[in-house]
Amino acid sequence: MRAQSGIIQPPSLISVKNLRLTGRRGRGPETPIVENVSFDVAEKEMLALIGESGSGKTSIALALTGYARRGCRIAGGHIHVAGYDVTAMPPAELRAFRGKTIAYIAQNAGAAFNPALPLMDQVIEPALLHHTMPRRMAIERAISLFELMALPSPGTIGSRYPHELSGGQIQRLMAATALITGPEVVIFDEPTTALDVTTQIEVLEAFRTVRREEGFTGVYVTHDLAVVAQMADRAVVLKNGVVQEEGTTEQILSAPRHSYTQALLAANTPRIRNNVTETKDTGKDVPALDVRDLVVGYGGTGRDGRPRHTILSDVSLPVLPGETMGIIGESGCGKSTLIRAIAGIQPWTNGGITFEGEPLAPRIEARSAAQRRHLQLVAQNADLVLNPAMSVGDTLRRVLTFNGDAATDVEIGHLLDMVRLPVALADRFPPELSGGQKQRVNLARALAARPRLVLCDEITAALDTVVAAAILDLMMELKRELGIAWLFVTHDLHALRSVCDRVAVLYAGHRVEFTPVAALETPPHHPYTRRLENSVPEMRADWLSDVIGQRDQACDMAPAMPSSRGNGCCYVSRCPVREAVCEISVPPVRRSPDGALISCHLTIQDLSRSTAPGDQS
Amino acid sequence: MTVASLTRRWAAIPRIPGALILFWLLLAVIGPLLAPFAPGEVVSRTVFAPISAHHILGTDYLGRDVLTRLLCGTSSTVLLCAAATLLACTGGVFLGMIAALKQGVTDTLLSRFMDGVISIPSLLSALVAVAAFGSSVPVLVLAMSLIYMPGSYRTSRMLALSVARRDFVLAARMRGEKAGYIVLREILPNMTGPVMADVGLRFIYSVRLLSNLSFLGVGLQPPMTDLGSLTRENLLGLVYGAPAVIAPALTIAVLTVGLNLALDSNRREPG
Repeated sequence: MRAQSGIIQPPSLISVKNLRLTGRRGRGPETPIVENVSFDVAEKEMLALIGESGSGKTSIALALTGYARRGCRIAGGHIHVAGYDVTAMPPAELRAFRGKTIAYIAQNAGAAFNPALPLMDQVIEPALLHHTMPRRMAIERAISLFELMALPSPGTIGSRYPHELSGGQIQRLMAATALITGPEVVIFDEPTTALDVTTQIEVLEAFRTVRREEGFTGVYVTHDLAVVAQMADRAVVLKNGVVQEEGTTEQILSAPRHSYTQALLAANTPRIRNNVTETKDTGKDVPALDVRDLVVGYGGTGRDGRPRHTILSDVSLPVLPGETMGIIGESGCGKSTLIRAIAGIQPWTNGGITFEGEPLAPRIEARSAAQRRHLQLVAQNADLVLNPAMSVGDTLRRVLTFNGDAATDVEIGHLLDMVRLPVALADRFPPELSGGQKQRVNLARALAARPRLVLCDEITAALDTVVAAAILDLMMELKRELGIAWLFVTHDLHALRSVCDRVAVLYAGHRVEFTPVAALETPPHHPYTRRLENSVPEMRADWLSDVIGQRDQACDMAPAMPSSRGNGCCYVSRCPVREAVCEISVPPVRRSPDGALISCHLTIQDLSRSTAPGDQS
Repeated sequence: MTVASLTRRWAAIPRIPGALILFWLLLAVIGPLLAPFAPGEVVSRTVFAPISAHHILGTDYLGRDVLTRLLCGTSSTVLLCAAATLLACTGGVFLGMIAALKQGVTDTLLSRFMDGVISIPSLLSALVAVAAFGSSVPVLVLAMSLIYMPGSYRTSRMLALSVARRDFVLAARMRGEKAGYIVLREILPNMTGPVMADVGLRFIYSVRLLSNLSFLGVGLQPPMTDLGSLTRENLLGLVYGAPAVIAPALTIAVLTVGLNLALDSNRREPG
């Protein structure tokens, strides 16, 4: 222990006693954010702080570093970290303490790096700032950390700039920055929340490896229980700044005592919400929306009449009336572009879209009033979709009057009721609403137009699990009540399974698989679909080790192929079952017995076999 | 508009700068009425008299009451500049929003025109306007508003661009709303804060420009008077340390610096 005046050696490395944090908005009264929170973390232990947004988990994590966000303050209680009394330290000591004894890894690593400096300078900065080691040694240590975290070309990656790396790589570099001084405590604040499931695996594995080697004590802030299962030894469940339950990860996940923890678990567990599974897969129905061989790109058109760089390549997607069509793929696969093209805000170059038998104009301005009305878009970011200067009631009223419907208070009340919001909310303004409430109002605005098809662009991505689950439930209720067809874009396979009738899998702008949702459960599948499935975190603790064991490292390292590469399969560079033919010719579309359309050179038999258990190892 | 949104609008007006602007406007309107003497009247035989009970701010180079002249001068400076600012910002904000919404050719034409205007030093273009059309209140107001419109245009265009990129404007466009509705109801209410700060800045700029012009003798012509011409005509009093020259100069400083500080403090306050 360090020679700190007047400090008794605490029983554990981190000890928080009766912590109270308060905050105020503007000149308003102080309101408690965190109340009477106590927990201990033993040396080399990883503690998870679990909770929804607003539960105070990040505030607590920041308080461990002696920091309170603007307008907030540590109002009471004691925090001891590695022998320091954090609440009693003067600013100069706190500065020395941060970065050297305790390090913080933030959610959005991209924003934490200066885009104008090479990465190595930024990674070793804490070491130089705290004079823990000379520059040369710091660089050596950084490179060994890069190696440990399986970053590509660890020796030279430091000379690159932040924008040259992917989100998952940047997140690992951020971890290296935090670990460069060899801190005793590391705080992880939702480090993988913004990442795709496929990338998340690599980052989680990197964190685990580095923890095994470095042996630091950790605090892991997250709302994802499956991630907790992989990373933490013990967990504290928080709600509204109050501890609900504390215990070992195993106990919390398998036998939760508190009702809130049980609700959290229920929301994390996948379940089928879509009860009406009378998918009329006869092929006779007239699709409500028919996307045919759609090509979207940029950079001018080449000699073959196609754009030089394509975002979407010949994507077809028939959506039947009243069905839920899911689109899944990792970020950059073109799923949002597809939605934007259908919505009329992203022009396309080849192919076409028809809506209820009528062709849709590429530009929204050229579409008829009925088309605009019956095809509604619900956008992803709940903070941007509502006009902050317009009350909820006025927002809904405008849609009704615009479409020539009666805009009475009764009608607005009815709309709010439809999305399960209290009528009193009509007088409120969007900044006063929670994320889930905003997304419901967003839905209500789309429903106010009485649509036939609603396009949902990752509407649950920014929401907590519990809130997201409620939104999905709501979607399905509305589907039953109003017979609306949904086009649901997501990168969350759980959500997709639970609400969709059919699913299109996009990879690098190609539709690699198109399948009824029931067929998702059983092989055969496209290799990419399988990879997606395997990447969804599960709540058993050994899941991560299993997945990593199964993975073909060479394939993971390969960059995603640009889709404009002409001939060959778009997935060839990452495919574990690729053959010579995949490099040179476009794969045929094969139909599996359970109705899935798979674009692959392998036969249905081969695809079924390569999915069989045991084959991977 | 509902009651809720009205009270909200009211609450959104920043306290300190709002009160300060109100104070100066009030002073501009009722100030001349409070003046103890007529502005042109020679009331004392002593020129550049010091502060006394009879003449609170002494007398000027002709023996006129400085307080009276100061009240009148403040009135014309504030009102002229307020009018010019109002014109400049109304034009700038609306053109800026239209450019942001329409983009393309409209945006390019407007922006290049504004760039052209902004590239000429403000004092120079004001002098040219006065030389061409003579110095009168309408010419001064119009010249000042034209000079400061591009600045307001650029600020509003950038603000409107960031608002127009948000999804609720997209939702309105997808609904088929007309440009007028989008500009007035969706974009404008979401940029009032920064626009108000910008209006304050333009006002300060125009006070400076008008004072400069008057100091050079090409601004307001006698018998009308403003803070710049007051400073100029009593310049000789500097040798005697007369309040006649210090008072108007100080008033310009208090008016501009005070407003600037108030607006700055407002910007730092969250919410």
